[in-house]
Amino acid sequence: MSKIHITTKVNGEEVEFLADPRDTLLDCLRDQLELTGTKEGCSTGDCGACSVTVDGTLVCSCLMLGVEAQDKQIETIEGMAEDGELHPLQRKFIEHAALQCGFCTPGILVAAKALLAKNPDPNETEVRYWLAGNLCRCTGYDKIIRAVMDAAAEMRGAA
Amino acid sequence: MAKDTANELRIVGTRPDRPDGLDKVTGRARYGADISAAGLLHGAVVRSPHAHARIVKIDASKALALSGVKAVVTRADFPTGLTGEAWDLQENTMAGERALYDGHAVAAVAATSAQLARDAAKLIEVEYEILPHVTDVDAAMAPDAPIIREGAADHSVPEGLHPNVVRYIEFGHGDLEAGFAQADIVREHQYKTEAAHQGYIEPHACMGQMGADGKGEMWVCTQGHWFIRKMCTQVLGLDASQLRVTPSEIGGGFGGKTTIFMEPLSLALSRKAGGRPVKIVMSRSEVLRATGPTASASMDVKIGMTKDGKITAGSATFRMQGGAFAGAPVDMALYCAFAAYKVPALQHVGYDVLANRPKAAAYRAPGSPMAAFAVESLVDEMCTELGLDPLEVRVKNAAQSHETSSFGPKFGVIGLNETLAATQAHPNLSVPLGPNQGRGIASGFWFNHGGDTSVSMALGEDGTVTVSIGTPDIGGSRASMAMMAAETLQIPYDNVRVNIVETGALGVNEPTHGSRATFATGKATVEAAQSMIVEMCKRAAAKWGIEPEAVEWRDGAAHPAGPNAGEYPPMTIGEIGAAMSNTGGPIAGHHESVPAGVGESFGTHVVDVEVDPETGRTTILRYLVVQDAGRAIHPAYVEGQYQGGAVQGIGWALNEEYVYDDMGRLQNPVFLDYRVPVASDLPMIDTVIVEVPNPGHPYGVRGVGETGIAPPLPAVANAVAAATGVRMRHLPITPSKLLSAIKASKNG
Amino acid sequence: MKYHCPKTFADAAQIAADATGVIRYLAGGTDVLVQMRAGMVTPDDMIDLKHIPGVKEIVQNADGSWTIGVAVAGAELGAHAGFCADYPGIVEGLELVGSTQVQGRATLTGNLCNGSPAADSVPAMIAAGAVAHVVGPNGARDVAVADIPVGPGKTSLTKGELISAFTIPARGAQGGDAYLRFTPRTEMDIAVVGCAVNLTLDGDRVASARVAMGAVAPTVIVMDQAADAIIGTTLDPQALDTMATIVSGAVKPISDKRGTAEFRTDIAGVLAKRAAKIAYDRAKGTK
Repeated sequence: MSKIHITTKVNGEEVEFLADPRDTLLDCLRDQLELTGTKEGCSTGDCGACSVTVDGTLVCSCLMLGVEAQDKQIETIEGMAEDGELHPLQRKFIEHAALQCGFCTPGILVAAKALLAKNPDPNETEVRYWLAGNLCRCTGYDKIIRAVMDAAAEMRGAA
Repeated sequence: MAKDTANELRIVGTRPDRPDGLDKVTGRARYGADISAAGLLHGAVVRSPHAHARIVKIDASKALALSGVKAVVTRADFPTGLTGEAWDLQENTMAGERALYDGHAVAAVAATSAQLARDAAKLIEVEYEILPHVTDVDAAMAPDAPIIREGAADHSVPEGLHPNVVRYIEFGHGDLEAGFAQADIVREHQYKTEAAHQGYIEPHACMGQMGADGKGEMWVCTQGHWFIRKMCTQVLGLDASQLRVTPSEIGGGFGGKTTIFMEPLSLALSRKAGGRPVKIVMSRSEVLRATGPTASASMDVKIGMTKDGKITAGSATFRMQGGAFAGAPVDMALYCAFAAYKVPALQHVGYDVLANRPKAAAYRAPGSPMAAFAVESLVDEMCTELGLDPLEVRVKNAAQSHETSSFGPKFGVIGLNETLAATQAHPNLSVPLGPNQGRGIASGFWFNHGGDTSVSMALGEDGTVTVSIGTPDIGGSRASMAMMAAETLQIPYDNVRVNIVETGALGVNEPTHGSRATFATGKATVEAAQSMIVEMCKRAAAKWGIEPEAVEWRDGAAHPAGPNAGEYPPMTIGEIGAAMSNTGGPIAGHHESVPAGVGESFGTHVVDVEVDPETGRTTILRYLVVQDAGRAIHPAYVEGQYQGGAVQGIGWALNEEYVYDDMGRLQNPVFLDYRVPVASDLPMIDTVIVEVPNPGHPYGVRGVGETGIAPPLPAVANAVAAATGVRMRHLPITPSKLLSAIKASKNG
Repeated sequence: MKYHCPKTFADAAQIAADATGVIRYLAGGTDVLVQMRAGMVTPDDMIDLKHIPGVKEIVQNADGSWTIGVAVAGAELGAHAGFCADYPGIVEGLELVGSTQVQGRATLTGNLCNGSPAADSVPAMIAAGAVAHVVGPNGARDVAVADIPVGPGKTSLTKGELISAFTIPARGAQGGDAYLRFTPRTEMDIAVVGCAVNLTLDGDRVASARVAMGAVAPTVIVMDQAADAIIGTTLDPQALDTMATIVSGAVKPISDKRGTAEFRTDIAGVLAKRAAKIAYDRAKGTK
């Protein structure tokens, strides 16, 4: 089965890889580019652990083929902290104990960042519905929601 | 040296950042599937599509003909002659003569890519002869049920029962008939719960490597790597010490990652593929079909109560299936059933039953949620009938410290009274309810556990400390160990690094299970710190030329114990570390034991729900968890355990269940249809941490992880009953079931 | 599997027509990738439609009707203020398909061609009278969206045919639509029953209406009798009850893992009433 050469940008860096046409973007990120921060929890788009943004749109990387990534701008958890400085969401997740096992955390952080880019002042219900596709089995979501709301407040300068 | 009053503690009870937080918010933390190695092969497993079938023939020739396919293993590649639990584990890892459930592994293949391994697995041809099957526990005990495994029953089973009943348990106390005779009302009902899966988001993943010499390495996501070592080597007929197991970070377990599934397959494939490492990552549907959910249960409960709410007698008969192997937690369920109550006469009877389902694994307080559902539903129903406050009735009958428990042993110091009092005082109980809304209350219990524990601790040359533990960090336990070590050594939290080390680096450890990590590993950490303090005091004493007994440890330094000891400036841990090469060599502490003094934990939950009377959908409006933690080392992670347990219980109560079709095939092996709660289903989960210190732990710790999953099942059912007047005795309370019950009650 | 990126619909149709094995079109991919990973389908040819000009466009035509490209994702449709104002029911239908993440990819086309009777965006499309423009090796034709699904997983499209765009009629004055579904969870579920109502008003009275139900038959079904029950009324409680009774009486659901036939029958009427009220309020401009 012949592979296809793909050139794309991940976290601002131009990268190349060879994709089997059946490989998902998630497979390519993890196995070809060794960006294992993006997690695989279901491969059916039901858990959100593989969340990334593609040209600014939040998607499940398990529901996109690697070959579709040609000439895109992809952002993953590995690109969230800039120059070693954590994003406010990352800091607030640690501060609020919003992670237990931490496996769903990268996907939730990427999804929450996409929410705050669209809506800097979400209410609790809006956060809950936006993140409904990110399953967390450890926390019961309470501390996750609080961390996102607190990060949003800080980013608005309201904290 | 141990601190037993909260106001003397400097670190315990605070909320520092967890040491592994940075790794886990940046994607750096490495979980099971995040490993790679030179020469890596990928494994895939062929699974039975039948609930029960004889394996007539396995033909792997087409798969082996593919370029890049390196090995295929079947049961023929495993040693024979195993017995007991070891045989069960081997049989569950790879089917022998028969596939015993939908999803049972029958062959495995290793190839140069994951895609190729999956393609090759499809080419392995398995010929089956389909056999009659049974998946329901009551049906599996019926006289005409197909026999799943002849001769699987142990000596406890009375004659005349179906061969699928493999264990029988019976215990109790008091005069049952007299007890029921004293009651003003005696009520009896049947309750059912369905199998629920732990639903950890990280699928099982491992990488195994083993050469012809029988020496092996494994990287695996697990709650306990010594269990992985023991079980894998048993199944493969190897010496335990020849396998070194390194735990990855773990993406949730809840009991489901305390045993083996495909791990031995990676080793068997590796050995057959010339020692190349083999990685196996389960898909979500493999996780749901073939790893261990919990048991399903069918339960009869009978209770006698006086008009003023005194429970005079109770009986519980529980039937549970835990898949095609013995091990449904029917014993634990019975022990928990009446644990919150002091009842003069009790009888417990349990049946562990085989069915054509995957082998049950532990799931958070195994057995306790089902038992709580049955008993706490009936207690609530009787309170309603008698017009009694359900909390008052629980206070009136509450189990007490130092008294005999419902299941036999005496309790230690327990905090049930305090938990109930804190519940009564909580503002959520006075929030007014609207139409179609109802409030439900229920209590729950878990024993907690000690278990084999080893910890070592080493002083660095700069006075910082490394702690080596063997219980994987599943929810912040590195933080609590570092806090307890720092508290004991009286040094800053940041000066301690906690590592979870591989099986070669420490004595045996049981997994992070049984709510034991903060208790047992914590206690051993404190003990190890104490032994290091003794050695550090000795070094100071030698330097000062005084007796070691004349040196005391405070504020992270050795001091002369009093004026008689002499006048010496304190010697800090940093100075002791810097000098240790010249004062006798490296300084370390260690502790190995099965810690005694386990403290039981009780909790009480209060939930407000609203039911849509036209669709039967239940919405959780408000939720409160009140539970005794003994003492919370890191309160934020204790709250997290309460909240997480409550939400898992809510899922089990409302939507989660294993659904089998009439062929015995699992109908909902994806997260779309196995419905764990999502963020928009829930409100905030309020918590109250009650602290009645456990005298068996230096800081008063009880385990907190498990109790919280038991009360939600009955609490939700009780709230639904209050909202609708309809009593749901079969979980989950799906909209479909509830609407039909509401209609029936209107027509009746 | 071969991956194709045609630049025109004619090329796409030709690739499909020439194919000898299993083909799949790729728009959002949220169904086909799941099916591939589950081993349910292994396409020999995957035809990605996203490189064809116009597939991402949402255009309001001169007559007020809308043309929606085949690769327009839920998140894009939901961000289009003009279309949301005209057809909130279609938007809420598509936005109920999967999570926020799935919304970044899922399309009306995929939801329709996957052929599920429970597809959330299809009832509102049918209620709105949407038309699919179909391209094939033998030329183009227009097909009512209602006529595309013919059974679970099956469509009326022939070999080589594919949808190139949808047209949704002009909203006109005093019109509104709504889609409601029932699921056990609040999100991340497949509809146990879905119901779309599209109506126009003449003053306070319903002038025209279409009611479409999902997950109660092998395909999404249009219920003319149910619509008739509210036409000419002010959507008073009696009219709503009559409509609900007709709906519950006419549905032919099955029992499966997601719900029993009895339950689906019961809630079909409930959902129809609730959806009709929302559509009515929207048409009145009172929300």
